[in-house]
Amino acid sequence: MNKFKVSLSPHVHSGNSVNKVMYGVIIALLPALFVSVYYFGLGAIKVTLVAIAASVFFEYLFQRFMIKGESTIGDGSAILTGLLLAFNLPSSFPIWMIIVGSLVAIGIGKMSFGGLGNNPFNPALVGRVFLLISFPVDMTNWPKPQELVFSLVDADSGATPLALLKEKVGNGETVANALKDIPSYFDSFIGQVGGSLGEVSAAALIIGGIYMLMKKIISWHIPVSMIGSIAVLQAIFFLINPDKFADPAFHLLTGGILLGAIFMATDMVTSPMTPKGQIVFGVGIGLLTVFIRNFGAYPEGVSFAILIMNSLVPLINKSFTPKRFGEEVTNG
Amino acid sequence: MLKTFKLGGVHPPENKFSAGKKIEQLPIPKTVTIPIGQHIGAPAQIIVKRGDEVKVGQVIAKAGGFVSANIHSSVSGKVKKLDETVDGSGYRRPSVVIDVEGDEWLDTIDKSDTFDKEIKLSAEEITKKVMENGIVGLGGATFPTHVKLSVPAGKNVSYLIINAVECEPYLTADHQLMLEKGDEIFLGTQLLMKALGVTEAIIGIENNKPDAISHLENLAKKYSGIKIQGLKVKYPQGGEKQLIKALINREVPSGGLPLDVGCVVQNVGTAFAVYEAVQKNKPLLERVVSVTGKSVKTPINLMVRIGTATSELVEAAGGLPEDSGKVVSGGPMMGKAMADLTTPIAKGSSGVLIFRNEEAGREKIHPCIRCANCVSVCPMGLEPYLLMTLTEKHDYDRVESERALDCIECGSCSYTCPSTRPLLDYIRLGKSTVSKIIRSRKQ
Repeated sequence: MNKFKVSLSPHVHSGNSVNKVMYGVIIALLPALFVSVYYFGLGAIKVTLVAIAASVFFEYLFQRFMIKGESTIGDGSAILTGLLLAFNLPSSFPIWMIIVGSLVAIGIGKMSFGGLGNNPFNPALVGRVFLLISFPVDMTNWPKPQELVFSLVDADSGATPLALLKEKVGNGETVANALKDIPSYFDSFIGQVGGSLGEVSAAALIIGGIYMLMKKIISWHIPVSMIGSIAVLQAIFFLINPDKFADPAFHLLTGGILLGAIFMATDMVTSPMTPKGQIVFGVGIGLLTVFIRNFGAYPEGVSFAILIMNSLVPLINKSFTPKRFGEEVTNG
Repeated sequence: MLKTFKLGGVHPPENKFSAGKKIEQLPIPKTVTIPIGQHIGAPAQIIVKRGDEVKVGQVIAKAGGFVSANIHSSVSGKVKKLDETVDGSGYRRPSVVIDVEGDEWLDTIDKSDTFDKEIKLSAEEITKKVMENGIVGLGGATFPTHVKLSVPAGKNVSYLIINAVECEPYLTADHQLMLEKGDEIFLGTQLLMKALGVTEAIIGIENNKPDAISHLENLAKKYSGIKIQGLKVKYPQGGEKQLIKALINREVPSGGLPLDVGCVVQNVGTAFAVYEAVQKNKPLLERVVSVTGKSVKTPINLMVRIGTATSELVEAAGGLPEDSGKVVSGGPMMGKAMADLTTPIAKGSSGVLIFRNEEAGREKIHPCIRCANCVSVCPMGLEPYLLMTLTEKHDYDRVESERALDCIECGSCSYTCPSTRPLLDYIRLGKSTVSKIIRSRKQ
């Protein structure tokens, strides 16, 4: 008699896997990585490689000795966390600090909750915020982008446009005066603005976002609601007092809004499960970002906004359930 | 204009290898094992005993109540024994084993192939014929057809919907039946319309069967009140709630029936069986079964007597491939895996699907990464990841309030999960536990 396997339906599977999802996001990050290497040179490569290697190493250690489970470094999630952490760092960042950041991202941000799928906060952002609070000088001193590909010379460093804006407007100057020396919007879009690795080119991030939308790794709800709410609220502030508040286009093209909207806030593990919940989540991040940037102590607020909204995800999931079939009976 | 349902759904590869293969009559086997209890509802009561001579079409088990169905002998010969057999749904049920001698039919049955298009019977007589001849839903759910035709007082039926979607990958039995028995299907539809007292019927077909759509559209000119509606391919469009939504944009309420939105849904194969039962007085003793799979030598559509062992069908399709790892009764999304090939074909068997060894297993379970794919593909708007977690935690109050009982077990969630989590397995467990709790509450 033949021996057959017996199991419950369905007997077929889509072939989708955690690996495919994770490597899909990594592929989507490659355009931005190439642009940052182009502008920041070997520094960018160094920061990226160290962050990835350290993240994978710590994932292995924690899984082996703390969780005591089968190794999970093959699923791609640690590589992704390392890559995203690197995207949040300046290319001149010291190696030992990168390693500390990776330890915090993987160890505290992810493995202390039980590993992949169980962490409430985006691990890369946990690492970034830890570094920002611990090493504020190194985290806000950004080399200027200057087509440094394969050059070993250190670049000039300086403040980001957002930091400039915060400082000068805080000192009583007008927005127009504060921003007279920053790159044009077109340059910001293509990638000529000081900042962390991942913030350098809006265009490259958007290409990655379109790729993930096409592969159905992310849906439009979080990026669109987040960017849209920032644009609307900042436009209102700008119209009220253009001397004190910069225009929305400046805000959207500088700092971490695009990186945050496309790659950070859309992290599956730490974002809501339904389209409605995702829109609430995106709008929440957008509003918090605008308030922190305009009124907070830090020039940049995306990471804080995402982490705050991460903490509300369980509540959002409970409040915004999907529309059940047959709930509103439509007879016609 | 092609229609479809809005909420959820997936697009598994169609793999309809047996499409376009003419329906072949499988030779009558030497013995048949007819399971008793091939339908939803009360089991039938066996009325034959060991040694009895039976003819083709003779009742061997009588319906055990109103929601039940007669079971007829599909062959002529001698009852060898009354036994218990594991059927296609995996349950051990009483069965009647018959040794075949010749092929002698009851004289009341019209065996001829001539198309009889004159409707002579009244609505009540049609329903009675359907009941006597043991017709049940042939889409797989096997709900007794006469029950659906007996509309309770106070309910209004405005549409008869014929389910010709065949949204399960691989299966082609309904498709081929439409190509070969179009007139009979239309007449069966008219008989069902008369029994229900409705003037409008819609036949819903997915547009991966364009030949069936155009063939039936041509025939539809001859029959009044029957409309053919093409549908965009999307699984599980053959679920009756999804089909009603797609065709007439009405949503069956939670826990309700199609009757609640003025519809009765019948499978296209059932319409054919109704034609034979009413016009030819022929009981449900054979059906079309697709035998298919990636390694199957000659995928094939067979007309098979009820009670034939699966092994006979597999032989007719070129034998069991060497690399076979799993054999499924029905389609890949909702079918049931068989333990071995002795399993008899029953009224609800729409296909025999043979998977290769490498397709037969399941992938390792990974942690949920909260990608929400299961939520977005659920055609009932449920949250499969949550239902699984709640079942794991034995929180059955919430399993119930999160509407696990609405689940139609289409399998889209498990199909799409990147972590290959057994979502539907857990939801089934949650559903059956909740059903038990509800029953004990009523007592």
